[in-house]
Amino acid sequence: MLDQTINVLRSLWSVWVMIFFCGIVLWAYVLTPKAKIEAHGTIPLRDDDSEER
Amino acid sequence: MTQATTALGAKEATPYVDDVIQKFVIAATFWGIVGFLVGDFIAWQLAFPALNLDLQWFSFGRVRPVHTSAVIFAFGGNVLFATSFYVVQRTTRASLFGGRALGNFVFWGYQLFIVLAASGYVLGITQGKEYAEPEWYTDLWLTVVWVCYLVVFVGTLYKRREPHIYVANWFFLAMIITIAMLHLGNNLAVPTAIFGGTWWRSYEIYAGVQDALTQWWYGHNAVGFFLTAGFLGIMYYFVPKRAERPVYSYRLSIVHFWALIFLYIWAGPHHLHYTALPDWAQTLGMTFSVMLWMPSWGGMINGLMTLSGAWDKLRTDPVIRFLVTSVAFYGMSTFEGPMMSIKAVNSLSHYTDWGIGHVHSGGLGWVAFVSFGALYCLVPMLWRRKQLYSMRLVSYHFWIATIGIVLYITSMWISGIMQGLMWRAYDNLGFLQYSFVETVAAMHPYYIIRATGGVLFLAGALIMAYNFYRTIKGDVRDEAPYEAPATATARG
Repeated sequence: MLDQTINVLRSLWSVWVMIFFCGIVLWAYVLTPKAKIEAHGTIPLRDDDSEER
Repeated sequence: MTQATTALGAKEATPYVDDVIQKFVIAATFWGIVGFLVGDFIAWQLAFPALNLDLQWFSFGRVRPVHTSAVIFAFGGNVLFATSFYVVQRTTRASLFGGRALGNFVFWGYQLFIVLAASGYVLGITQGKEYAEPEWYTDLWLTVVWVCYLVVFVGTLYKRREPHIYVANWFFLAMIITIAMLHLGNNLAVPTAIFGGTWWRSYEIYAGVQDALTQWWYGHNAVGFFLTAGFLGIMYYFVPKRAERPVYSYRLSIVHFWALIFLYIWAGPHHLHYTALPDWAQTLGMTFSVMLWMPSWGGMINGLMTLSGAWDKLRTDPVIRFLVTSVAFYGMSTFEGPMMSIKAVNSLSHYTDWGIGHVHSGGLGWVAFVSFGALYCLVPMLWRRKQLYSMRLVSYHFWIATIGIVLYITSMWISGIMQGLMWRAYDNLGFLQYSFVETVAAMHPYYIIRATGGVLFLAGALIMAYNFYRTIKGDVRDEAPYEAPATATARG
C-alpha cells in the first residue's frame, strides 16, 4: 500500500516541482515586502575593498 | 582606513584574495587569444583545405576541439573563476575560503587540465564526445580541481558577513554544482588499460541512443550552465556595478534563476531530433527549449532595464556598451535557439552552418562580450589603477569585434539556410538535385566572409590585451577623455 502511494506520488514529480516554483514566485512577489527584497539589489554597490564587511 | 593599511599601501589594503584573480584574468586573456586564433585558423581551413598542411596534427578533426575547448573551458572557464572569486568575496564581505593556497591550487590545477586536454587532442587522444573530449585521466584531474573550486566557493559563502547571498552567487553556485554533475555523468568510462589495452584509451559505459542522450544532456547543459548560468552571474554583478545602480528588479532575478535552472536541464534532446531517440523525448526537449524563452527574456529585460534612466552611459562608457550589447545578444540567441529547437525548423537547420552561426552569436555576442566587459572592469580594480590605459581602445575593440560578429553570423545564416535547402531539394524525377560536394562548393564565399569576421574579432581581443598590458604597467594614454563615467573623469 505504502509502496503504491509512494509510486503514485513520485510519478507526479512535475506537479511538485511546479508547486515549489509557484511557491517561490509567491514568496518573491506577494509574501515578501517589495522594499525588503529590492534592498538586496544594493549589495554590489555597498562593498568596501578595504574591509571585510 | 587604519594606519596599518595606509602604511602597507593601497595594494595590500584589501583583505580579499586578489592575486589569484589577477592570474585568472591574465590566463583568460591569453587563452582567449589562443582560442580565437585557433578558431580562425580552422575557419580559413574550411575555406582553403590545403591549410591542414597535410599533417595529422593540423587536421580539422583534431584542431576543432582545441578551438572549442580553448574558448569555452580555457577562456570562459578562467573568466568564470576570476569573476566568481571576485564577486563572492565582495558580495559576502568575506575573503576567499582556503586563502591563497587553495586559490592557487585551483588556478594551476585548472591550467594543467587545459594543457592536458589540448595536447591530447592534437596527438589524437580523445573520447570523441563533443565538448567532453578529454580522456579519463584528464577527467579525473578536472574532478579534483573542480571539487576544490566548490569547496572554495561554498566555504566563502559559509563565512559570509552579509546575511543575504546576492543573486549572482546563486548563478555561480548552480553552475559549479551542475557542471560537476554533468561531468561525472557523461564521462563514466572504463579505461582499457584494465584489460591490457592502451593506457590512455577508455570506453564509455553507455552505448547507442543512451550514449547520445547522455552526451546531449551534458552538451546542452554545458551551454545552459557553464555558458549561461555562470555568465548571468557576471551580468548580475557587473552590469549594476558599472552602471552604479541596483538591478532593475531583484524579484525578477529570483524568478529568472529558478525558472532557468528548472527548465534548462531538460532541453538537451533537441540535439537529437529525427534520430533513434524516442519521439516523446524529442518533443520533451523541444517543449522545454521553447519554454526557456520566458526566463531567458525575463533575464534579458532585467539586465537591460538596469540601465533605465542611465542610457547615456552607452554613449559615454564603452565598457557598459560591451555589457549591454552582450545582454542584447543573449536575448537574440535565446530567441533563435528555441526557434531552432522546433522540429519543423530543426529539419532545415540541423547539421548546417546555421547551427554554427547560432552558437557564435551566443558565444561571441553574449559570452565573450560580457566577459570583455567584466575584464575591463576587473583589470583597473585588481591592479589598483584609477582607470584603464585607454577608453578609446575599448571603443575600437567594441566596434571591430561587433563588425566581426555581424559578418560571422550573417554569413552563417545565409550559408546554413542555403545548405539546408540544397540538401532537401528534389528534381522533378524525385532525385536529390545536388550532390554533397556541390553544397560544399556553394558555401565557399561564406566561409571566407566568416573567417574575415573572425580576423576582426581576434584583432579586437589583441587590442584588449594591449590595453590591459599598458593599464597594468600604470600608463594612461594621452587622448580626449570620454565624458561622464567616474573612472574616466578621474584621469590625470
